[in-house]
Amino acid sequence: MNPLIAAASVVGAGLSVGLAAIGSGVGQGTAAGYAVEGIARQPEAEGKIRGALLLSFAFIESLTIYGLVVALVLLFANPFTG
Amino acid sequence: MIQSLFSNLTELSVGQHWYWTIGEYPVHGQVLVTTWFVFVIIRILSLSGNRNLKETPDGLQNLTEFITEFVRDIAKTQIGENDYLSWVPFLGSIFLFIFVSNWSGALLPWHVLEIPSGELAAPTNDINTTVALSALTSIAYFYGGLSKKGLGYFKRYVSPAAFLLPINVLEDFTKPLSLSFRLFGNVLADELVVAVLVTLVPLVVPIPLILLGLFTSAIQALVFSTLAGAYIGEAIEEHHLYPNTFWLLLKILKYFLL
Repeated sequence: MNPLIAAASVVGAGLSVGLAAIGSGVGQGTAAGYAVEGIARQPEAEGKIRGALLLSFAFIESLTIYGLVVALVLLFANPFTG
Repeated sequence: MIQSLFSNLTELSVGQHWYWTIGEYPVHGQVLVTTWFVFVIIRILSLSGNRNLKETPDGLQNLTEFITEFVRDIAKTQIGENDYLSWVPFLGSIFLFIFVSNWSGALLPWHVLEIPSGELAAPTNDINTTVALSALTSIAYFYGGLSKKGLGYFKRYVSPAAFLLPINVLEDFTKPLSLSFRLFGNVLADELVVAVLVTLVPLVVPIPLILLGLFTSAIQALVFSTLAGAYIGEAIEEHHLYPNTFWLLLKILKYFLL
């Protein structure tokens, strides 16, 4: 394998998860913050809020997972290795 | 001996497969083996749970009734009171298959069994399985829309306004893409995290992450079937054309947010 391509792929794999995680982190933090606020204001709605929160966490998290898929493709199924 | 057992457990083999050739096509054998295993588990569960039905359910019948009601609730909230009943079998199959295969991948020590190449893992660990599932979902919602509304189904591509046609067409491609990548990525990420931790510390330490993996894989099964239900519901709902700007803004917002 061309060493330049290998190096670039590894750097790119690291960046793709790392950068994707920033957005997810901010998003999950915001969602969790508002959920806690909602529970504090209305403790009897905790069950419903938790359900919605977990479901939205799954969605937010999948954005990072897309980055992970890209990283895995770069590492294990690199299309440019020729 | 112990050493070789652990090295077996911690083997990371992403992208290596055990190729079988059926006809002219190479297939991933390890996925077929585990898929059929999952089918057998579900079959045994449903047969033994429903063999002698009683008025007051006990034991396995309780479990199967609970699962049925759970899936029916998902379908009812996503598809709506009128049409949900005919979609329960589809959503139920998808939910049960994903759930059982994710948990079989997390709970069963597949890696102990040696196969010529690659390793046994959850069937959803392979992108072909998840793409097949999401393609099934696409076919299902097209079928639902077309059988309910006939050719009038295609009106939704130009609603609420004609210039949204490209976005609406694009949605048909992004839906299966995001569905399949989400499931595949989550399952693979769980297995990788556990495998990496087992390489570092083979005992006790990975257990919390295995539990987290069980939780997320259950959530992913729920998310997949919920989304499949939502897409089907979207396709077969009665058309209300709101030609006002508010609806338009909502649609555009939705595109940018999702």
